[in-house]
Amino acid sequence: MNRNSVSHKRFGRGKTPPLPSAGEVGESEERRRTGREGENHNRKSPYVNGHGASKSTLICHKRRRLVLRQAAVQAALIGLSIFFLLPLIWMLVTAIKPLNETMTSPPVWIPSKLQWQNFSDAFAYNSKDLGYIPFLVYGRNTLFVTCLAVIGSVISNSLVAYSFARIRWKGREWLFGMTLATMMVPGPVLMVPMYALFKEFGWIGTFRPLWVPSFFGSAFNIFLLRQFLRTIPIDLSEAAKLDGASEWRTFIDVIIPLTRPALVVVAVFTFLWAWNDFMGPLLYLTDQQTFTLSMGLQFFQSQHTGTPWNLLMAASLIVVVPVIVVFFFAQRVFIQGIATTGMKG
Amino acid sequence: MGILFASPWIIGFCLFLAYPLLSSLFYSFTNFSVLRTPHWIGVSNYKELLSDDVFHLTLKNTLTFTAASVPLATIFAILLAMLLNTKTKGMAFYRTIFYIPSLVPMVALGVLWLWVFNGHYGLLNEGLGRIGLPTPPWLTDPAWSKWTLVIISVWGTGNAMVIYLAGLQDVPQSLYEAAEIDGAKVIGKTIHVTIPMISPVILFNVIMGIIGSMQTFALPYVMFPGGQPARSTYFFSMYLYDNAFQFQRMGYASALGWVMFAITLALTGIALKFSSKHVHYEGG
Repeated sequence: MNRNSVSHKRFGRGKTPPLPSAGEVGESEERRRTGREGENHNRKSPYVNGHGASKSTLICHKRRRLVLRQAAVQAALIGLSIFFLLPLIWMLVTAIKPLNETMTSPPVWIPSKLQWQNFSDAFAYNSKDLGYIPFLVYGRNTLFVTCLAVIGSVISNSLVAYSFARIRWKGREWLFGMTLATMMVPGPVLMVPMYALFKEFGWIGTFRPLWVPSFFGSAFNIFLLRQFLRTIPIDLSEAAKLDGASEWRTFIDVIIPLTRPALVVVAVFTFLWAWNDFMGPLLYLTDQQTFTLSMGLQFFQSQHTGTPWNLLMAASLIVVVPVIVVFFFAQRVFIQGIATTGMKG
Repeated sequence: MGILFASPWIIGFCLFLAYPLLSSLFYSFTNFSVLRTPHWIGVSNYKELLSDDVFHLTLKNTLTFTAASVPLATIFAILLAMLLNTKTKGMAFYRTIFYIPSLVPMVALGVLWLWVFNGHYGLLNEGLGRIGLPTPPWLTDPAWSKWTLVIISVWGTGNAMVIYLAGLQDVPQSLYEAAEIDGAKVIGKTIHVTIPMISPVILFNVIMGIIGSMQTFALPYVMFPGGQPARSTYFFSMYLYDNAFQFQRMGYASALGWVMFAITLALTGIALKFSSKHVHYEGG
């Protein structure tokens, strides 16, 4: 019971870093010294304290209430799981059924045959009104943009966050304050001027507006990484510098290896953002061959108001599955990362 | 040295934030479009906003949606987090299930819900009809279309839920024990311990929710092209987009953008002001 609540603590507060890696033991030892280790221990279940008392009838009564409450909680959780999962299961079921079983009442839950061909049909959809909708090409485009965005984001944000967290320079606090303030700017305000700017660069119709800005950092990721970097003891940097390491060597050899879990969070956030982005491609991509998956799916859907639902669901699934796969691989680090964003640091 | 490390962001900040913001402010006082160079026209764009019925409608739609979805999603996310925080079996498993919907890309989300809400063959109306409840035309009736979007935003509230859960786990158990000694039951403990202790987290999530729902774009764009039915889902950012890229009125669109910015700031300010009385910060 209690182990659960402890292991879900956000990282960087004296707990073992979430991603196990070589040399982990030494790292967590270092971090433990700074962390507020003690705070986890006083979080015992309230029920534990009641045991061992002499009034056995009271315990019996208490235990029955506890069992009842557990049952109610489990029932609610199962009900809610259905609410959350049913639409997604329905998507999966629709994606693998033949067309004539999509629009039926009552709905068909178990298709008469598994029509995997829907996926290949969606991948290379050929219709007489639309021509060829090359989802495979869209997938490649999306992957290209997403990979570059992730690389750029990890490099730039770690450099900038390191500067904000661990180097003193004039104007640092001021710029960091401005950086936090810009998180308030709603995206649509920048729609027109960004378009004008990229048009000036001659980038409209290319992928560049979608990935180049990632190489210049983003306020949110800088904030996230800075919070993490501040938890690494400053003695480590000072020891490295006494050994003659330059700022750059300290960054690369000492700090970066310790920052790996937080970098994974930034990478996953950027992946999700770039993969899911719809407004960017909508504004800057002009040629149908350069569309991303989100754009392609929207185009596909808008041209077919409601007919081939099985193909539409197959296409949607192609967009959704990579996201869920990435999430499952990085789940622990990722959930802790989200939790951190809501906390004061 | 520090400036050298921060240089990507210093460049990015100037090029992709400060410059666009300032130029957008400039454009909002011009008749800028892609086709012609901007001409200074003073406050005409802002004056026109005052008498623009479509602007008023989109503003009303957006504020209505925000007023409905932010509180509902907040309450729902807190309840989910409290349920998960009861130290029950399989907490990590359920948390994953509740979180997954918020990962689904907006466009896929829109297509999926078009199918679920479909008036004739949609799963939702099938289910509602089966248990004898009304089966409203979710997608085609202006009275229901906004609720469709609210339900979807409640469904995708996993992000906030994870943040609340972390906040709940930080509430010291001793406070609950003290409340129990004072005779507090579940509801009493929730009102007097849980809510005050996680109030900073609530404030953060509410502000993020306001900023997010004020700029809702992709979902209604995919599900309700042109803000149909009867423009009931025509939101602020869709009108901004249409002005900039359909009607070629980028100057006017810039003015709309600044109004959106101002309203977002005002709503955040109200939330902060309200919070100064009600939000409890540990240690001052």
